[in-house]
Amino acid sequence: MSAVKLVSVFAENKPGQLAKTTQVLARADINIRWVTIATTEGFGVIRFLVDQCDLAWQRLKQEGFTVSLTEVLAIEVADRPGGLHAVAECLGRNQINVENSSGFVSHNQAVLLIEVLNIDQARAILSEQHLRLLSQEEVMAV
Amino acid sequence: MFWNHGIETLERSALESLQLQRLKSTVARVAGRVPFYQRQFAALGLEPNAVRSLTDLGRLPFTTNEDLRATYPDGLLAVERSDVLRLHTSSGTTGKPKALFFSAKDIDNAAELMARCLVMTGVTREDVLQNMMTYGLFTGALMMHYGAEKIGAMVIPAGPGNSDKQLLLMQDFGTTVIHVTPSYALYFADFIEKRGVDPRKDLKLRKAFIGAEPYTEETRGKIEAALGLDVYNSYGLSEMNGPGVAFECECKAGMHLWEDNYIIEIVNPRTGEPLPDGQTGELVLTTLCREAMPLLRYRTRDITSIIPSPCPCGRTHRRLNRITGRADDMLIVRGVNIYPQQVERVLMGLPAVGRNYLILLQGLDEMTVKVELAEGGFDGQVEHLVHLQSDIANRLRAEILTKPKVELVAPGTLPVSEGKAKRVIDTRAL
Repeated sequence: MSAVKLVSVFAENKPGQLAKTTQVLARADINIRWVTIATTEGFGVIRFLVDQCDLAWQRLKQEGFTVSLTEVLAIEVADRPGGLHAVAECLGRNQINVENSSGFVSHNQAVLLIEVLNIDQARAILSEQHLRLLSQEEVMAV
Repeated sequence: MFWNHGIETLERSALESLQLQRLKSTVARVAGRVPFYQRQFAALGLEPNAVRSLTDLGRLPFTTNEDLRATYPDGLLAVERSDVLRLHTSSGTTGKPKALFFSAKDIDNAAELMARCLVMTGVTREDVLQNMMTYGLFTGALMMHYGAEKIGAMVIPAGPGNSDKQLLLMQDFGTTVIHVTPSYALYFADFIEKRGVDPRKDLKLRKAFIGAEPYTEETRGKIEAALGLDVYNSYGLSEMNGPGVAFECECKAGMHLWEDNYIIEIVNPRTGEPLPDGQTGELVLTTLCREAMPLLRYRTRDITSIIPSPCPCGRTHRRLNRITGRADDMLIVRGVNIYPQQVERVLMGLPAVGRNYLILLQGLDEMTVKVELAEGGFDGQVEHLVHLQSDIANRLRAEILTKPKVELVAPGTLPVSEGKAKRVIDTRAL
Protein backbone atom coordinates (compact mmCIF):
# COMPACT_ATOMS: atom_id res chain seq x y z
CA MET A 1 0.00 0.00 0.00
CA SER A 2 1.53 3.27 -1.03
CA ALA A 3 2.15 5.83 1.67
CA VAL A 4 0.25 9.04 1.61
CA LYS A 5 2.55 11.99 1.27
CA LEU A 6 1.96 15.68 1.54
CA VAL A 7 4.04 18.18 -0.40
CA SER A 8 5.17 21.01 1.88
CA VAL A 9 6.42 24.29 0.42
CA PHE A 10 8.19 27.04 2.34
CA ALA A 11 6.98 30.53 1.47
CA GLU A 12 7.54 34.02 2.78
CA ASN A 13 4.46 35.53 4.34
CA LYS A 14 3.56 37.98 1.60
CA PRO A 15 0.96 38.23 -1.20
CA GLY A 16 1.46 36.17 -4.33
CA GLN A 17 3.35 33.30 -2.78
CA LEU A 18 0.48 30.83 -3.02
CA ALA A 19 -0.14 31.75 -6.66
CA LYS A 20 3.50 31.17 -7.56
CA THR A 21 3.22 27.67 -6.15
CA THR A 22 -0.15 26.78 -7.67
CA GLN A 23 1.02 27.96 -11.07
CA VAL A 24 3.72 25.28 -11.09
CA LEU A 25 1.22 22.61 -10.13
CA ALA A 26 -1.32 23.78 -12.69
CA ARG A 27 1.22 23.76 -15.51
CA ALA A 28 2.22 20.20 -14.60
CA ASP A 29 -1.41 19.15 -14.72
CA ILE A 30 -1.34 18.10 -11.09
CA ASN A 31 -4.63 17.70 -9.27
CA ILE A 32 -4.89 19.05 -5.73
CA ARG A 33 -7.09 17.14 -3.30
CA TRP A 34 -6.55 19.30 -0.28
CA VAL A 35 -4.45 22.27 0.79
CA THR A 36 -3.63 24.06 4.02
CA ILE A 37 -1.39 26.94 4.97
CA ALA A 38 0.22 27.38 8.36
CA THR A 39 1.83 30.76 8.97
CA THR A 40 3.93 32.40 11.56
CA GLU A 41 5.43 35.86 11.53
CA GLY A 42 7.48 36.25 8.38
CA PHE A 43 6.93 32.90 6.72
CA GLY A 44 4.54 29.99 6.25
CA VAL A 45 4.32 26.45 5.01
CA ILE A 46 1.84 25.47 2.30
CA ARG A 47 0.88 21.82 2.31
CA PHE A 48 -0.77 20.01 -0.55
CA LEU A 49 -2.24 16.59 -1.02
CA VAL A 50 -1.89 15.97 -4.76
CA ASP A 51 -2.36 13.10 -7.14
CA GLN A 52 1.29 13.00 -8.30
CA CYS A 53 3.38 14.01 -5.31
CA ASP A 54 6.76 12.98 -6.71
CA LEU A 55 6.17 14.97 -9.88
CA ALA A 56 4.97 17.92 -7.83
CA TRP A 57 8.10 17.78 -5.68
CA GLN A 58 10.31 17.59 -8.74
CA ARG A 59 8.67 20.47 -10.60
CA LEU A 60 8.56 22.74 -7.54
CA LYS A 61 12.19 22.01 -6.80
CA GLN A 62 13.14 22.76 -10.40
CA GLU A 63 11.41 26.12 -10.14
CA GLY A 64 13.50 26.99 -7.10
CA PHE A 65 11.00 26.30 -4.33
CA THR A 66 11.99 24.90 -0.96
CA VAL A 67 10.02 21.65 -0.77
CA SER A 68 9.72 18.67 1.46
CA LEU A 69 7.62 15.52 1.41
CA THR A 70 5.90 14.54 4.64
CA GLU A 71 4.41 11.13 5.14
CA VAL A 72 1.01 11.01 6.83
CA LEU A 73 -1.62 8.42 7.63
CA ALA A 74 -5.02 8.69 5.97
CA ILE A 75 -7.73 7.19 8.15
CA GLU A 76 -11.17 6.41 6.78
CA VAL A 77 -13.84 8.00 8.94
CA ALA A 78 -17.51 7.09 8.87
CA ASP A 79 -19.35 10.08 7.50
CA ARG A 80 -22.00 10.41 10.22
CA PRO A 81 -22.25 11.90 13.70
CA GLY A 82 -19.84 10.09 15.97
CA GLY A 83 -17.66 8.98 13.10
CA LEU A 84 -14.73 11.23 13.94
CA HIS A 85 -15.22 10.62 17.63
CA ALA A 86 -14.70 6.90 17.14
CA VAL A 87 -11.38 7.55 15.43
CA ALA A 88 -10.28 10.17 17.93
CA GLU A 89 -11.10 7.92 20.82
CA CYS A 90 -9.10 5.14 19.26
CA LEU A 91 -6.06 7.38 18.85
CA GLY A 92 -6.31 8.59 22.44
CA ARG A 93 -6.79 5.12 23.88
CA ASN A 94 -3.71 3.90 22.06
CA GLN A 95 -1.55 6.82 23.20
CA ILE A 96 -1.01 8.04 19.67
CA ASN A 97 -0.03 11.69 19.82
CA VAL A 98 -1.12 13.59 16.74
CA GLU A 99 1.30 16.33 15.64
CA ASN A 100 -0.83 17.81 12.89
CA SER A 101 -4.14 16.75 11.48
CA SER A 102 -6.78 17.72 9.01
CA GLY A 103 -9.99 16.20 7.81
CA PHE A 104 -12.17 16.45 4.76
CA VAL A 105 -15.28 14.93 3.26
CA SER A 106 -16.21 14.00 -0.27
CA HIS A 107 -18.97 11.90 -1.83
CA ASN A 108 -20.12 10.54 1.52
CA GLN A 109 -16.65 9.47 2.50
CA ALA A 110 -14.62 11.20 5.19
CA VAL A 111 -10.88 11.12 5.67
CA LEU A 112 -8.69 12.20 8.56
CA LEU A 113 -5.05 12.87 7.71
CA ILE A 114 -2.73 12.62 10.69
CA GLU A 115 0.91 13.30 11.18
CA VAL A 116 2.68 11.44 13.98
CA LEU A 117 6.23 11.14 15.18
CA ASN A 118 6.48 7.40 14.75
CA ILE A 119 4.45 6.58 11.67
CA ASP A 120 5.23 2.85 11.49
CA GLN A 121 4.16 2.33 15.07
CA ALA A 122 0.97 4.26 14.56
CA ARG A 123 0.18 2.38 11.38
CA ALA A 124 0.60 -0.96 13.14
CA ILE A 125 -1.57 0.07 16.07
CA LEU A 126 -4.34 1.50 13.96
CA SER A 127 -4.47 -1.52 11.66
CA GLU A 128 -5.07 -3.72 14.69
CA GLN A 129 -7.89 -1.44 15.77
CA HIS A 130 -9.81 -2.16 12.63
CA LEU A 131 -9.52 1.33 11.29
CA ARG A 132 -9.07 1.47 7.56
CA LEU A 133 -5.96 3.26 6.38
CA LEU A 134 -6.17 4.57 2.85
CA SER A 135 -3.43 4.54 0.27
CA GLN A 136 -2.44 7.55 -1.80
CA GLU A 137 -4.61 6.38 -4.73
CA GLU A 138 -7.58 5.71 -2.49
CA VAL A 139 -7.38 9.13 -0.92
CA MET A 140 -7.32 10.77 -4.33
CA ALA A 141 -10.41 8.78 -5.29
CA VAL A 142 -12.44 9.84 -2.26
CA MET B 1 35.52 74.70 35.08
CA PHE B 2 38.68 72.62 35.07
CA TRP B 3 39.58 69.43 36.90
CA ASN B 4 43.24 69.87 36.14
CA HIS B 5 43.71 73.43 34.93
CA GLY B 6 47.47 73.19 34.53
CA ILE B 7 47.45 70.21 32.21
CA GLU B 8 44.30 71.15 30.34
CA THR B 9 45.65 74.56 29.40
CA LEU B 10 49.30 73.55 29.07
CA GLU B 11 50.90 75.63 26.41
CA ARG B 12 51.53 73.65 23.18
CA SER B 13 55.29 73.42 23.25
CA ALA B 14 55.26 72.22 26.87
CA LEU B 15 52.50 69.77 25.99
CA GLU B 16 54.53 68.43 23.08
CA SER B 17 57.63 68.08 25.25
CA LEU B 18 55.56 66.13 27.71
CA GLN B 19 54.27 63.95 24.88
CA LEU B 20 57.77 63.24 23.66
CA GLN B 21 59.01 62.35 27.11
CA ARG B 22 56.09 59.97 27.63
CA LEU B 23 56.42 58.51 24.15
CA LYS B 24 60.07 57.67 24.70
CA SER B 25 59.26 56.04 27.99
CA THR B 26 56.38 54.05 26.45
CA VAL B 27 58.52 52.88 23.54
CA ALA B 28 61.29 51.83 25.92
CA ARG B 29 58.74 50.02 28.05
CA VAL B 30 57.25 47.96 25.22
CA ALA B 31 60.63 47.34 23.63
CA GLY B 32 61.80 45.94 26.94
CA ARG B 33 58.77 43.85 27.85
CA VAL B 34 56.46 43.06 24.96
CA PRO B 35 57.72 40.39 22.54
CA PHE B 36 55.23 41.49 19.89
CA TYR B 37 56.70 45.00 19.76
CA GLN B 38 60.22 43.65 20.06
CA ARG B 39 59.61 41.61 16.91
CA GLN B 40 58.06 44.57 15.12
CA PHE B 41 61.01 46.81 15.93
CA ALA B 42 63.52 44.14 14.96
CA ALA B 43 61.79 43.58 11.62
CA LEU B 44 62.16 47.29 10.86
CA GLY B 45 65.68 47.50 12.20
CA LEU B 46 64.47 50.00 14.80
CA GLU B 47 66.29 50.68 18.02
CA PRO B 48 63.96 51.80 20.84
CA ASN B 49 65.97 54.99 21.31
CA ALA B 50 65.40 55.78 17.63
CA VAL B 51 62.42 57.86 18.72
CA ARG B 52 63.98 61.23 19.43
CA SER B 53 61.25 63.57 18.25
CA LEU B 54 57.51 63.39 17.76
CA THR B 55 58.01 63.05 14.02
CA ASP B 56 59.91 59.82 14.65
CA LEU B 57 56.54 58.35 15.65
CA GLY B 58 55.89 57.90 11.93
CA ARG B 59 58.75 55.41 11.76
CA LEU B 60 57.00 53.05 14.16
CA PRO B 61 54.65 50.42 12.74
CA PHE B 62 50.90 50.56 13.27
CA THR B 63 49.10 48.29 15.69
CA THR B 64 45.90 46.87 14.23
CA ASN B 65 42.90 44.79 15.21
CA GLU B 66 44.58 41.81 13.56
CA ASP B 67 47.55 42.31 15.90
CA LEU B 68 45.25 42.27 18.91
CA ARG B 69 43.68 39.10 17.59
CA ALA B 70 47.03 37.46 16.89
CA THR B 71 48.37 38.26 20.36
CA TYR B 72 45.23 37.15 22.19
CA PRO B 73 44.98 36.64 25.12
CA ASP B 74 47.91 38.46 26.69
CA GLY B 75 50.61 38.90 24.07
CA LEU B 76 50.56 42.69 24.45
CA LEU B 77 50.82 42.70 28.23
CA ALA B 78 53.65 44.87 29.56
CA VAL B 79 53.31 44.00 33.24
CA GLU B 80 53.11 40.84 35.32
CA ARG B 81 49.65 39.23 35.29
CA SER B 82 49.46 39.78 39.03
CA ASP B 83 49.76 43.52 38.44
CA VAL B 84 46.67 43.55 36.28
CA LEU B 85 43.68 44.92 38.11
CA ARG B 86 41.05 44.56 35.46
CA LEU B 87 40.23 42.87 32.18
CA HIS B 88 37.81 44.35 29.69
CA THR B 89 36.99 42.83 26.32
CA SER B 90 35.82 44.28 23.05
CA SER B 91 34.27 42.57 20.03
CA GLY B 92 36.58 40.78 17.66
CA THR B 93 35.87 39.42 14.22
CA THR B 94 36.91 35.83 14.72
CA GLY B 95 35.21 34.41 17.78
CA LYS B 96 37.75 35.64 20.27
CA PRO B 97 37.22 39.11 21.70
CA LYS B 98 40.00 41.70 22.05
CA ALA B 99 41.54 41.54 25.52
CA LEU B 100 42.37 44.80 27.29
CA PHE B 101 44.31 44.81 30.52
CA PHE B 102 44.45 47.62 33.07
CA SER B 103 46.76 48.09 36.04
CA ALA B 104 45.73 50.00 39.17
CA LYS B 105 47.44 53.10 37.79
CA ASP B 106 45.63 52.66 34.45
CA ILE B 107 42.24 52.45 36.16
CA ASP B 108 42.91 55.50 38.26
CA ASN B 109 44.24 57.41 35.26
CA ALA B 110 41.17 56.53 33.22
CA ALA B 111 39.05 57.90 36.04
CA GLU B 112 41.16 61.08 36.03
CA LEU B 113 40.53 61.63 32.34
CA MET B 114 36.85 60.99 32.85
CA ALA B 115 36.84 63.46 35.73
CA ARG B 116 38.30 66.12 33.45
CA CYS B 117 35.51 65.44 30.96
CA LEU B 118 32.78 65.69 33.56
CA VAL B 119 34.05 68.88 35.15
CA MET B 120 34.58 70.34 31.68
CA THR B 121 30.83 70.23 31.09
CA GLY B 122 30.02 71.70 34.48
CA VAL B 123 29.30 68.55 36.51
CA THR B 124 30.00 68.85 40.25
CA ARG B 125 29.77 66.72 43.41
CA GLU B 126 26.21 68.00 43.79
CA ASP B 127 25.13 66.19 40.65
CA VAL B 128 23.35 62.85 40.44
CA LEU B 129 24.60 60.80 37.49
CA GLN B 130 22.46 57.94 36.22
CA ASN B 131 24.68 55.62 34.24
CA MET B 132 22.43 54.04 31.60
CA MET B 133 25.20 52.30 29.67
CA THR B 134 25.76 48.55 29.89
CA TYR B 135 27.90 47.33 32.78
CA GLY B 136 29.87 44.14 32.32
CA LEU B 137 32.80 43.44 30.05
CA PHE B 138 32.23 46.71 28.22
CA THR B 139 34.25 49.74 29.33
CA GLY B 140 31.39 52.14 28.63
CA ALA B 141 29.65 52.07 31.98
CA LEU B 142 32.50 51.34 34.38
CA MET B 143 34.90 54.01 33.18
CA MET B 144 32.22 56.68 33.46
CA HIS B 145 31.25 55.28 36.85
CA TYR B 146 34.73 55.60 38.33
CA GLY B 147 35.19 59.07 36.85
CA ALA B 148 31.91 60.30 38.28
CA GLU B 149 32.78 58.89 41.69
CA LYS B 150 36.16 60.59 41.55
CA ILE B 151 34.52 64.00 41.36
CA GLY B 152 32.16 63.04 44.15
CA ALA B 153 28.91 62.94 42.23
CA MET B 154 26.27 60.44 43.31
CA VAL B 155 26.29 57.61 40.80
CA ILE B 156 23.26 55.44 40.04
CA PRO B 157 24.49 52.31 38.22
CA ALA B 158 21.18 51.78 36.42
CA GLY B 159 22.50 50.13 33.25
CA PRO B 160 20.31 50.27 30.14
CA GLY B 161 16.68 49.35 29.55
CA ASN B 162 13.77 48.93 31.96
CA SER B 163 12.49 52.41 31.24
CA ASP B 164 9.90 52.37 34.02
CA LYS B 165 12.68 51.87 36.53
CA GLN B 166 14.87 54.54 34.91
CA LEU B 167 12.04 57.03 35.22
CA LEU B 168 11.36 56.08 38.81
CA LEU B 169 15.01 56.61 39.72
CA MET B 170 15.03 60.00 38.04
CA GLN B 171 11.86 61.06 39.81
CA ASP B 172 12.80 59.79 43.25
CA PHE B 173 16.51 60.61 43.31
CA GLY B 174 16.65 63.79 41.27
CA THR B 175 18.98 62.61 38.51
CA THR B 176 20.68 65.58 36.88
CA VAL B 177 23.05 63.89 34.45
CA ILE B 178 22.62 60.79 32.28
CA HIS B 179 25.14 58.69 30.33
CA VAL B 180 23.31 56.95 27.51
CA THR B 181 23.38 55.87 23.84
CA PRO B 182 21.63 58.14 21.34
CA SER B 183 19.15 55.43 20.36
CA TYR B 184 18.08 54.80 23.94
CA ALA B 185 17.92 58.52 24.68
CA LEU B 186 15.42 58.98 21.85
CA TYR B 187 13.48 55.92 22.86
CA PHE B 188 13.35 57.05 26.49
CA ALA B 189 12.21 60.57 25.55
CA ASP B 190 9.32 59.05 23.65
CA PHE B 191 8.60 56.67 26.53
CA ILE B 192 8.27 59.41 29.14
CA GLU B 193 6.17 61.54 26.85
CA LYS B 194 3.68 58.69 26.56
CA ARG B 195 3.62 58.53 30.35
CA GLY B 196 2.67 62.20 30.43
CA VAL B 197 5.95 63.25 32.02
CA ASP B 198 7.33 66.68 31.10
CA PRO B 199 11.06 66.46 31.72
CA ARG B 200 11.39 70.23 32.14
CA LYS B 201 8.77 70.33 34.90
CA ASP B 202 8.82 66.86 36.39
CA LEU B 203 12.51 65.92 36.22
CA LYS B 204 15.79 67.58 37.11
CA LEU B 205 17.83 66.49 34.09
CA ARG B 206 20.44 69.02 33.01
CA LYS B 207 22.95 67.13 30.92
CA ALA B 208 23.27 64.01 28.81
CA PHE B 209 26.56 62.44 27.80
CA ILE B 210 25.87 60.63 24.59
CA GLY B 211 28.25 58.22 22.96
CA ALA B 212 29.00 54.65 21.95
CA GLU B 213 27.15 55.10 18.64
CA PRO B 214 27.69 57.66 15.90
CA TYR B 215 24.92 60.22 15.60
CA THR B 216 24.30 63.57 13.88
CA GLU B 217 23.95 67.16 15.07
CA GLU B 218 20.33 66.86 14.14
CA THR B 219 19.89 63.98 16.53
CA ARG B 220 21.62 65.95 19.26
CA GLY B 221 19.04 68.69 18.70
CA LYS B 222 16.18 66.20 18.90
CA ILE B 223 17.40 64.74 22.18
CA GLU B 224 17.97 68.19 23.69
CA ALA B 225 14.51 69.35 22.69
CA ALA B 226 12.82 66.17 23.85
CA LEU B 227 14.52 65.90 27.25
CA GLY B 228 15.13 69.57 27.98
CA LEU B 229 18.83 69.22 28.62
CA ASP B 230 22.27 69.82 27.07
CA VAL B 231 23.82 66.96 25.13
CA TYR B 232 27.58 66.56 25.12
CA ASN B 233 29.27 64.27 22.65
CA SER B 234 31.59 61.63 24.08
CA TYR B 235 34.21 59.57 22.23
CA GLY B 236 36.12 56.59 23.39
CA LEU B 237 37.13 53.06 22.57
CA SER B 238 37.94 50.16 24.86
CA GLU B 239 41.44 49.92 23.45
CA MET B 240 42.07 53.44 24.75
CA ASN B 241 40.33 52.94 28.14
CA GLY B 242 36.79 53.48 26.95
CA PRO B 243 34.84 56.73 27.29
CA GLY B 244 36.88 59.72 28.38
CA VAL B 245 39.30 59.77 25.46
CA ALA B 246 37.65 62.83 23.96
CA PHE B 247 34.71 64.91 25.17
CA GLU B 248 32.94 68.17 24.42
CA CYS B 249 33.44 71.17 26.68
CA GLU B 250 30.75 73.73 27.43
CA CYS B 251 31.22 75.12 23.92
CA LYS B 252 29.81 71.88 22.46
CA ALA B 253 31.85 72.33 19.29
CA GLY B 254 34.12 69.33 18.91
CA MET B 255 35.60 66.92 21.43
CA HIS B 256 38.83 67.74 23.27
CA LEU B 257 41.13 64.73 23.10
CA TRP B 258 43.57 64.49 26.00
CA GLU B 259 46.89 64.93 24.26
CA ASP B 260 48.96 64.42 27.39
CA ASN B 261 47.61 60.83 27.32
CA TYR B 262 47.37 60.14 23.59
CA ILE B 263 49.20 61.16 20.46
CA ILE B 264 46.70 61.84 17.70
CA GLU B 265 47.34 61.08 14.05
CA ILE B 266 44.90 61.19 11.15
CA VAL B 267 45.91 58.90 8.28
CA ASN B 268 44.63 57.81 4.91
CA PRO B 269 42.69 54.64 5.77
CA ARG B 270 43.92 52.79 2.70
CA THR B 271 47.55 53.81 2.58
CA GLY B 272 48.33 54.77 6.19
CA GLU B 273 49.89 58.08 5.03
CA PRO B 274 49.53 60.85 7.64
CA LEU B 275 47.11 63.65 6.70
CA PRO B 276 47.33 67.31 7.75
CA ASP B 277 45.08 68.74 10.48
CA GLY B 278 41.63 69.46 9.15
CA GLN B 279 41.56 66.61 6.64
CA THR B 280 39.25 63.67 7.26
CA GLY B 281 40.82 60.27 7.67
CA GLU B 282 41.35 57.41 10.08
CA LEU B 283 42.15 58.25 13.69
CA VAL B 284 45.34 56.63 14.97
CA LEU B 285 46.14 56.83 18.68
CA THR B 286 49.31 56.12 20.68
CA THR B 287 48.94 55.70 24.44
CA LEU B 288 51.33 57.73 26.57
CA CYS B 289 50.32 56.78 30.10
CA ARG B 290 49.08 53.23 29.80
CA GLU B 291 51.07 50.80 31.89
CA ALA B 292 49.59 47.31 31.54
CA MET B 293 48.98 47.36 27.81
CA PRO B 294 50.44 50.31 25.94
CA LEU B 295 49.48 50.58 22.27
CA LEU B 296 51.56 52.27 19.62
CA ARG B 297 49.89 53.86 16.62
CA TYR B 298 46.66 51.94 17.06
CA ARG B 299 44.41 52.04 14.00
CA THR B 300 41.00 52.87 15.46
CA ARG B 301 39.19 52.54 12.08
CA ASP B 302 37.13 55.57 13.10
CA ILE B 303 36.91 58.30 10.46
CA THR B 304 37.14 61.87 11.66
CA SER B 305 39.23 65.04 11.48
CA ILE B 306 41.07 67.36 13.84
CA ILE B 307 39.73 70.88 14.34
CA PRO B 308 42.88 72.97 13.92
CA SER B 309 41.66 76.21 15.54
CA PRO B 310 41.88 76.81 19.30
CA CYS B 311 38.77 76.46 21.41
CA PRO B 312 37.33 79.48 23.25
CA CYS B 313 37.37 77.46 26.48
CA GLY B 314 41.14 77.91 26.62
CA ARG B 315 42.06 74.23 26.58
CA THR B 316 45.09 73.51 24.46
CA HIS B 317 44.19 69.87 23.78
CA ARG B 318 42.82 69.84 20.25
CA ARG B 319 39.33 68.85 19.31
CA LEU B 320 38.05 66.03 17.13
CA ASN B 321 35.03 66.36 14.90
CA ARG B 322 32.15 63.94 15.13
CA ILE B 323 33.03 60.44 13.95
CA THR B 324 31.55 60.14 10.48
CA GLY B 325 32.09 56.48 9.69
CA ARG B 326 34.31 53.41 9.84
CA ALA B 327 37.15 52.22 7.69
CA ASP B 328 36.02 48.62 8.22
CA ASP B 329 32.63 46.93 8.31
CA MET B 330 32.05 47.16 12.03
CA LEU B 331 28.54 48.22 13.07
CA ILE B 332 27.40 49.72 16.31
CA VAL B 333 23.89 48.73 17.42
CA ARG B 334 22.47 49.61 20.83
CA GLY B 335 25.95 50.78 21.77
CA VAL B 336 27.48 47.39 21.03
CA ASN B 337 30.20 46.75 18.42
CA ILE B 338 29.28 44.08 15.92
CA TYR B 339 31.19 42.68 12.97
CA PRO B 340 29.16 41.00 10.21
CA GLN B 341 31.76 38.20 10.31
CA GLN B 342 30.45 37.30 13.76
CA VAL B 343 26.99 36.71 12.33
CA GLU B 344 28.49 34.67 9.53
CA ARG B 345 30.37 32.47 11.96
CA VAL B 346 27.26 31.69 14.00
CA LEU B 347 25.33 30.73 10.86
CA MET B 348 28.15 28.54 9.60
CA GLY B 349 27.68 26.38 12.67
CA LEU B 350 24.05 25.61 11.76
CA PRO B 351 23.47 23.06 8.99
CA ALA B 352 19.83 24.03 8.56
CA VAL B 353 20.77 27.45 7.23
CA GLY B 354 22.91 28.54 4.35
CA ARG B 355 25.76 31.05 4.42
CA ASN B 356 23.77 33.86 2.89
CA TYR B 357 22.42 36.49 5.24
CA LEU B 358 21.48 40.16 5.35
CA ILE B 359 21.59 42.51 8.33
CA LEU B 360 18.92 45.22 8.32
CA LEU B 361 19.31 48.16 10.70
CA GLN B 362 16.22 50.33 10.94
CA GLY B 363 14.42 52.84 13.11
CA LEU B 364 16.47 53.75 16.18
CA ASP B 365 18.05 50.44 17.01
CA GLU B 366 16.13 47.64 15.35
CA MET B 367 18.28 44.88 14.01
CA THR B 368 16.91 42.12 11.79
CA VAL B 369 19.01 39.32 10.39
CA LYS B 370 17.53 37.64 7.33
CA VAL B 371 18.88 34.14 6.90
CA GLU B 372 18.46 31.80 3.96
CA LEU B 373 17.38 28.26 4.70
CA ALA B 374 19.78 25.59 3.50
CA GLU B 375 18.60 23.22 0.79
CA GLY B 376 18.12 20.43 3.30
CA GLY B 377 16.94 22.63 6.14
CA PHE B 378 13.20 22.32 5.56
CA ASP B 379 11.21 19.32 6.75
CA GLY B 380 7.75 20.71 6.16
CA GLN B 381 7.11 21.63 9.79
CA VAL B 382 6.30 25.20 10.73
CA GLU B 383 7.13 24.55 14.38
CA HIS B 384 10.63 23.41 13.53
CA LEU B 385 11.22 26.57 11.56
CA VAL B 386 9.94 28.67 14.44
CA HIS B 387 12.33 26.88 16.80
CA LEU B 388 15.15 27.32 14.33
CA GLN B 389 14.46 31.01 14.06
CA SER B 390 14.48 31.35 17.82
CA ASP B 391 17.61 29.24 18.17
CA ILE B 392 19.46 31.42 15.67
CA ALA B 393 18.41 34.56 17.56
CA ASN B 394 19.69 33.11 20.83
CA ARG B 395 23.01 32.01 19.33
CA LEU B 396 23.48 35.41 17.75
CA ARG B 397 22.75 37.03 21.07
CA ALA B 398 25.42 34.94 22.74
CA GLU B 399 27.96 36.02 20.13
CA ILE B 400 27.17 39.68 19.46
CA LEU B 401 25.73 40.46 22.91
CA THR B 402 22.47 41.89 21.70
CA LYS B 403 19.44 40.00 20.38
CA PRO B 404 18.34 40.63 16.82
CA LYS B 405 15.08 39.67 15.17
CA VAL B 406 15.65 36.73 12.83
CA GLU B 407 13.71 36.12 9.62
CA LEU B 408 14.08 32.90 7.68
CA VAL B 409 13.82 33.24 3.93
CA ALA B 410 13.89 30.77 1.04
CA PRO B 411 17.28 29.81 -0.41
CA GLY B 412 18.46 32.03 -3.23
CA THR B 413 16.22 34.96 -2.37
CA LEU B 414 18.74 37.29 -0.77
CA PRO B 415 20.60 39.57 -3.15
CA VAL B 416 23.96 38.32 -4.28
CA SER B 417 26.29 40.82 -5.82
CA GLU B 418 29.38 40.46 -7.92
CA GLY B 419 32.45 40.47 -5.72
CA LYS B 420 31.90 41.35 -2.09
CA ALA B 421 28.36 40.65 -0.91
CA LYS B 422 26.49 43.58 0.60
CA ARG B 423 25.71 42.25 4.03
CA VAL B 424 24.28 45.30 5.75
CA ILE B 425 21.52 47.76 4.94
CA ASP B 426 21.52 50.57 7.50
CA THR B 427 18.63 53.02 7.32
CA ARG B 428 18.70 54.26 10.89
CA ALA B 429 18.18 57.98 11.41
CA LEU B 430 20.57 58.73 14.25
